[in-house]
Amino acid sequence: MSKTNLTRRGVLKTGAVAGAGLALPTYLSAASHSGFTNAPTGSTVTLGFNVPQTGPYADEGADELRAFELAVEHLNGGGDGGMLNTFSSKALQGNGIMGKEVKYVTGDTQTKSDAARASAKSMIEKDGAIMISGGSSSGVAVAVQGLCQEAGIIFMAGLTHSNDTTGKDKKANGFRHFFNAYMSGAALAPVLQKLYGSERRAYHLTADYTWGWTQQESIAAATEAMGWQTVNNVLTPLAQTDFSSYIAPVLNSGADVLVLNHYGGNMVNSLTAAVQFGLRDKQVNGKNFEIVVPLYSELMAKGAGANIKGILGSTNWSWTLQDEGTKAFVKSFGTKYGFPPSNAAQTCYAQTILYADAVARAGSFNPCAVVEALEDFEFDGLGNGKTFYRGADHQCFKDVLVMRGKENPANEYDLLEIVEVTPRGQVEYAPDHPMFAGGALGACNPGA
Amino acid sequence: MDAIILQILNGLDKGSAYALIALGLTLIFGTLGVVNFAHGALFMIGSFCAVTLSKILNLSFETIDPTRTDFLGNPAKIKTPYIESWFGPETGAAIIDWAVPLSILFSIPIMISIGFIMERGLIKHFYKRPHADQILVTFGLAIVLQEVIKYFYGANPIPTPAPDAFRGSFDFGALLGIDPNVIIYPYWRLVYFAFSAVIIGGVFAFLQFTTFGMVVRAGMADRETVGLLGINIDKRFTIMFGLAAAVAGLAGVMYAPINSPNYHMGMDFLVLSFVVVVVGGMGSLPGAVLAGFMLGILESFSSMNEIKSLFPGIDQIIIYLVAIIILLTRPRGLMGRKGVMED
Repeated sequence: MSKTNLTRRGVLKTGAVAGAGLALPTYLSAASHSGFTNAPTGSTVTLGFNVPQTGPYADEGADELRAFELAVEHLNGGGDGGMLNTFSSKALQGNGIMGKEVKYVTGDTQTKSDAARASAKSMIEKDGAIMISGGSSSGVAVAVQGLCQEAGIIFMAGLTHSNDTTGKDKKANGFRHFFNAYMSGAALAPVLQKLYGSERRAYHLTADYTWGWTQQESIAAATEAMGWQTVNNVLTPLAQTDFSSYIAPVLNSGADVLVLNHYGGNMVNSLTAAVQFGLRDKQVNGKNFEIVVPLYSELMAKGAGANIKGILGSTNWSWTLQDEGTKAFVKSFGTKYGFPPSNAAQTCYAQTILYADAVARAGSFNPCAVVEALEDFEFDGLGNGKTFYRGADHQCFKDVLVMRGKENPANEYDLLEIVEVTPRGQVEYAPDHPMFAGGALGACNPGA
Repeated sequence: MDAIILQILNGLDKGSAYALIALGLTLIFGTLGVVNFAHGALFMIGSFCAVTLSKILNLSFETIDPTRTDFLGNPAKIKTPYIESWFGPETGAAIIDWAVPLSILFSIPIMISIGFIMERGLIKHFYKRPHADQILVTFGLAIVLQEVIKYFYGANPIPTPAPDAFRGSFDFGALLGIDPNVIIYPYWRLVYFAFSAVIIGGVFAFLQFTTFGMVVRAGMADRETVGLLGINIDKRFTIMFGLAAAVAGLAGVMYAPINSPNYHMGMDFLVLSFVVVVVGGMGSLPGAVLAGFMLGILESFSSMNEIKSLFPGIDQIIIYLVAIIILLTRPRGLMGRKGVMED
């Protein structure tokens, strides 16, 4: 007769160990312990849209938010689908992202770096946002990008034009669809040469912060390369409202071009002062005096009114483009809101679609999988023709538009006209270009 | 030489705005003893009176033009201002063009009413409270007012141009026998300077040559004695608050073509105007005007490249530097009364 050593305690112990052993693989792959921050567990996924809802860029923020809402609607299968119909990648099916319905939360950047970081942090920690997008300032973009890198969250930048965002401050978890100051210079310089000649003396007024510095450096380098001289570069405080005392010295400086490295209210006020002082009607060195505003925005063009007429600048995109993606987006946006979208709106819409598509192609919400899917991704159908998300610095490369204030607008939205669509090849640069030197992309951070 | 003349001209129009705002501020301080941090908001509301009248004059009806399309490819809606259909295209367009000067008439009753409501509804409850409380409540009011404006008009600047007749620049160079096109100055800024001179002169004349003004000046000097004579000085001071609001509003109306109005413009002027009042002497009307022009001109000169190359960043601190020097050497300000704010 055999004797077994089975005891109640022994069975329980063995069962517990075996059970734990069998459960371990499941435990390791369970969504709640998937190894990245805010892994979605239910039937929804939350995106965080961090835009200026108060402060001087609140109108840009409102337009960005409209675009985000439209993108979410399209991702969830609502509306007419917009640019999902023209996007070259067909990974998105209009059933959310990987079958999960897209929800969103919003934050207010106030166009202040600390406020933007606080609202992004709150959306990540309290609302479980898995991606942060939006913004209307390079200072904010750099700050929020750094936070997202630390938190293991993907940051899809909104309106940010400083070279630093994908230069010395680039981060592996951050991606910029918007163009940058270098590209503005590369696109504008040949047009300026063609229209105004090679022998020009330029006087720069520059907003005294990171974006202004990089734009001035870029425009001066591009124009000097074609023979222009930079007579002076005067830094103006960001809080300046009356630029008359900065404009007056331009009159007798011997310069025949004024470059306004200003954005927002600064641009509206400095341009207004320049026009009031008769610079547009002035002749210097036997040439007509010209004004250049390297970075245009539709909303600021509206603020400047008639002063914008005939003045050259550059934009990331325009609703007047005639490619299929642009037409689909303008139709969706215009039908929903009653007016055409801005540059900022198109970028935010495209960034949301690009993120969702990257997740769908990667088959995972893991930020490192998303980074891999976005790096060196080439696509079409989101406006501006064929576009490339370079893996080396996470900067998007696409055609850049040189615009001019329209002399005879047909309606209140018809303020800028396209002078030239500068091909992508002309605005590309090496990842180690001196203007983008310093800093390192680093490795992607999946977070928790 | 030409650069110096240009910067003096610049300083005059900037100083005009400072002087007008500071005049109202010091008028309120001198009469009611209230430090009104919402005064910049009154300047901003004045500018938005010009924006509002411009919008009213541009109210339009729509007609469909089947020959043109809108941005979505639908038949275009053509807007025609009612005023053009009532008075004819030319007269209507001329009225719209003169929206800013017409806003002077439009803004006066609005600004006086806002001043009355502000004083009776809120500020009178803080007369006997410390200055810190007054500053807090009026600063809070300024934020509320600017947020209300932003809600209705948005955050971006709204272009509000001067009439066509005043666009362009005047060639001072030709007038002074210097080379033409060397010293040119915008017509509207000259108009602004002249306008502010008229308003400042009007306020001084009102206080100097009317019985009402005489009572107010007496009240500013010795409120109790005037009260003992049976005069209701509080009522007169409330009217002065309305007048100060109207002066700030008019300064704002005429400033609209110089810088496109935006909801934040009041705050931009507020701190500088307070410095102007302190430098001029709290409660001193001539001091406010003198300091306004003086600091406006100094600020312009400090923006010159030659000065900035010697003292980088001087344009940002010059006003505060002067304020520190004045307060250290003459605590009551340039023309302040002895004993006022000298503690």
